[in-house]
Amino acid sequence: MVSLSWLMVLSAAIFAIGVAGFLTRRNILVMFMSIELMLNAVNLAFVSLGSRMGTMDGQVIVFFVMTVAAAEAAVGLAIIISIFRSRETVHADDLTLLRW
Amino acid sequence: MNVEFAALALILVFPALGVLFNMFLGPRLGRKAVNVAGPGVMFLSFAVATVAFLRILAMPEGSALYFTLWRWIEAGQFHVELGLRVDALSAVMVMVVTGVGSFIHLYSVGYMAHDEDYARFFTYLNLFAFSMLILVLADNLLMMFVGWEGVGLCSYLLIGFWYTNPEFAYNGRKAFIVNRIGDAGFILGILTLLSALARHGVWTLDFAELKAHASMIGPSAATAAGLLLFLGATGKSAQIPLYVWLPDAMVGPTPVSALIHAATMVTAGVYMVARLNFMYMLAPDAMAVVATVGALTAFFAGTIAIVQLDIKRVLAYSTVSQLGYMFLGVGSGAFAAGVFHLMTHAFFKGLLFLCAGSVIHGLEGEQDMNKMGALRHHMPITFWTMLIATLAITAVPGFSGYFSKDLILEGAYESGHFRLWLLGAITAGITGLYMFRLIFMTFFGESRVEPDKLHHVHESPPVMTIPLIVLAVLAAVGGWVGLPDGLLWGDAFARFLAPVVGDFKPAVEASPAMLSAVATGLGGIGILLAYVCYLRMPGVPALVAWRAKGLYDLLLEKYRIDELYDLVVTRPLFFFSNQILNRGVDRMVIDGAANGAGLAVETGGELARRVETGNVQHYALVYLLGAIAIVAYYLYLVIR
Amino acid sequence: MPAGLFWFLAALSVLSALGVVVQRNPVHCLLSLVLTLLAIAVLFIGQDAVVVGFLQAIVYAGAIMVLFLFVIWLLNLPAESRPTGHLALRFFGAVAVAALMAELLVFALPARLQIRAAAHAAGYGSIEALSQTLFSEYLIAFEVTSVLLLVAVIGAVALARRTTAAEMQERGAADKAEIEKAA
Repeated sequence: MVSLSWLMVLSAAIFAIGVAGFLTRRNILVMFMSIELMLNAVNLAFVSLGSRMGTMDGQVIVFFVMTVAAAEAAVGLAIIISIFRSRETVHADDLTLLRW
Repeated sequence: MNVEFAALALILVFPALGVLFNMFLGPRLGRKAVNVAGPGVMFLSFAVATVAFLRILAMPEGSALYFTLWRWIEAGQFHVELGLRVDALSAVMVMVVTGVGSFIHLYSVGYMAHDEDYARFFTYLNLFAFSMLILVLADNLLMMFVGWEGVGLCSYLLIGFWYTNPEFAYNGRKAFIVNRIGDAGFILGILTLLSALARHGVWTLDFAELKAHASMIGPSAATAAGLLLFLGATGKSAQIPLYVWLPDAMVGPTPVSALIHAATMVTAGVYMVARLNFMYMLAPDAMAVVATVGALTAFFAGTIAIVQLDIKRVLAYSTVSQLGYMFLGVGSGAFAAGVFHLMTHAFFKGLLFLCAGSVIHGLEGEQDMNKMGALRHHMPITFWTMLIATLAITAVPGFSGYFSKDLILEGAYESGHFRLWLLGAITAGITGLYMFRLIFMTFFGESRVEPDKLHHVHESPPVMTIPLIVLAVLAAVGGWVGLPDGLLWGDAFARFLAPVVGDFKPAVEASPAMLSAVATGLGGIGILLAYVCYLRMPGVPALVAWRAKGLYDLLLEKYRIDELYDLVVTRPLFFFSNQILNRGVDRMVIDGAANGAGLAVETGGELARRVETGNVQHYALVYLLGAIAIVAYYLYLVIR
Repeated sequence: MPAGLFWFLAALSVLSALGVVVQRNPVHCLLSLVLTLLAIAVLFIGQDAVVVGFLQAIVYAGAIMVLFLFVIWLLNLPAESRPTGHLALRFFGAVAVAALMAELLVFALPARLQIRAAAHAAGYGSIEALSQTLFSEYLIAFEVTSVLLLVAVIGAVALARRTTAAEMQERGAADKAEIEKAA
């Protein structure tokens, strides 16, 4: 069995990549995907820790995270569609109405 | 023995009622009503004052009548009542104020007969009387100061009575402001005195209590307080250095000059020193300053009066000079002599001003003596009364001024101030010169009156001449209450005042007769000089003026003191006020701070709003930074 | 799970994650994401979390990613042509991410993670065990989540629906009325 540390490191790595992607990409959909990456990294961490501790709590939380991620993806994509309908763009630089 | 006498309050109430009546009902009820009310309340006040005076005479020595109105200030141990007190000294003062004041009010009825603003005039005049009476009747220093300020205010109101003329209004302001400078000294003097006693646990400003605890006032505190209070007196009583307002105050109506600037207000300083004699006796240095300033002022003002052409200005400088005499008297320790001269001066100077007003009134506004002359034929009553007053002021033996001035000079000599005595004696000569110059130029010689005015020259109506006559009688015989010792009843006046102001103890023995002879002789020389120059050889003055042009101009320009003050005080003050305080402090610092606060907020907002870029990723970056911080915190906890 | 398998899956997931972030064409990003998800699903299974592993593959990779894909096709998005982000953002972003990574690594050190390994009970990771915990301790959360899903569905439908012409007219009239009221 691989030590817990490496699993945590992996989780951190994927999370970091997700953050970098979110900050860097301009396409809204790819930003969304980066969010999903982050969520998954966290899921991995939860499962690993739960497995080490021998309880099911980690997995239950992952269950919930997945559910919420699904709901969030649905609503978020609906929003993106509606934005696209009015603005014809999904480039983040064009979507800055709430600026000063 | 102190007896309560509630009617004392009436002395104040009558003028107060006069103020209210003239202010609110006067304009509506008309000239006749005001003419009755204005002088009327003064005469009523005089009547009550007379009753009080007679009672004092009947009571044993050192008695006083008192009445407390109410307690004004109550602060722990310190309390101040509004109380009235008539002892020998204030009895004299209140008689002078109400007596001479009543007749001047009566005179004003005639003088202001053609002025539309009669109601306002009598309101102010009554208000002045009210304030002055507060001053003299006060039983404590703080209440006296209230009256002190009140008369200053009324002086301003009355000098600038014809306020539509900007110069008159300016002179009114000048009087008030110069007075205020003195008042600053007065307040500091009060505080010094108060704190000196407070150190011993005595918190009072009541005159009787101050006198009782006089020994607790140390000489240094007494000197300091004495000098500071005297500074106030130089303002109010027009001595060097704060006399400059009085000559310019002559732009007010002549009854005002008579009442305020001759008989009453200007004497407040002398009264204050006399009242606080017990304190001044502890501070010989302060008294020396008082006497010296008095003598110098007397001489100084006299020299200016010699060359003045405006009849009222001569009298104004004469007043300054005579006040100097009074301070010489009280400064030498001869308090009774100073107050005596105060009384006689009220008679003859008040009369002089009223006569001058009569002359001006008869000449329809002319005040330049170069345009007068030979008026004794046209205005006999005015002439004779003015002559009597002049004889009094020049200390011709027998008249009131003779006795009082001699007493002062005697006091100066016998207290050791020889040089000051000499100065006073020389000033007596100068007084004779300028006063008789005035008489000769106005009433004698060739008539230099302008032709169109000559037609209308007339004697004043009885309402004006009766006060002249009354005051003339007083100026003539008023001095007989203070005869030299040994003659008839002797110095009754000084004996009367002695319980309040103490006896005068000579330090140097001298022969009163010899001193009197010297002073009177010098006075006679002055009169002779005036006779020669202005009656016999009228060309002489012009010749002298041309020969000594520099000196003449200096005197005519009143030593350019006003200009000096302007240069040394006024301009630097304005400069400081405008450039430094206005531009510098007010605009840059204070406004800068206020505006700066706003600007800071505005700028802060400008900068802060740039955070809202509308770009989601920027917000996410901030999130991330926050998250890093939180994790770092846990890291820190874990590592420790 | 065998160490070799772990390392392989780890490398795979990291590389595909990088692929998500780096590639230009959104469809390619999506496919990389799917690969990452599947790798993680296998990691789950490797740790005896069988149910969530399968759920990950079926629900996450299967449903959610397909949803993404449909949206990409619906919007007919081209590949990104413009460069990605401001320089400042990239720079600070890089710094911040590095800092985060560093911090997390510190926490991941073996000395920190002092958790005693507990043996897995029989049936660990099975659906019985999951539902056992889910419907007892986390019951309320479960119920709330179902409400959440309902709300999400309604919301998504409402947001994504085309407004009919009649509704557009209605909206226009309402706006005009408000403007006149304010004036």
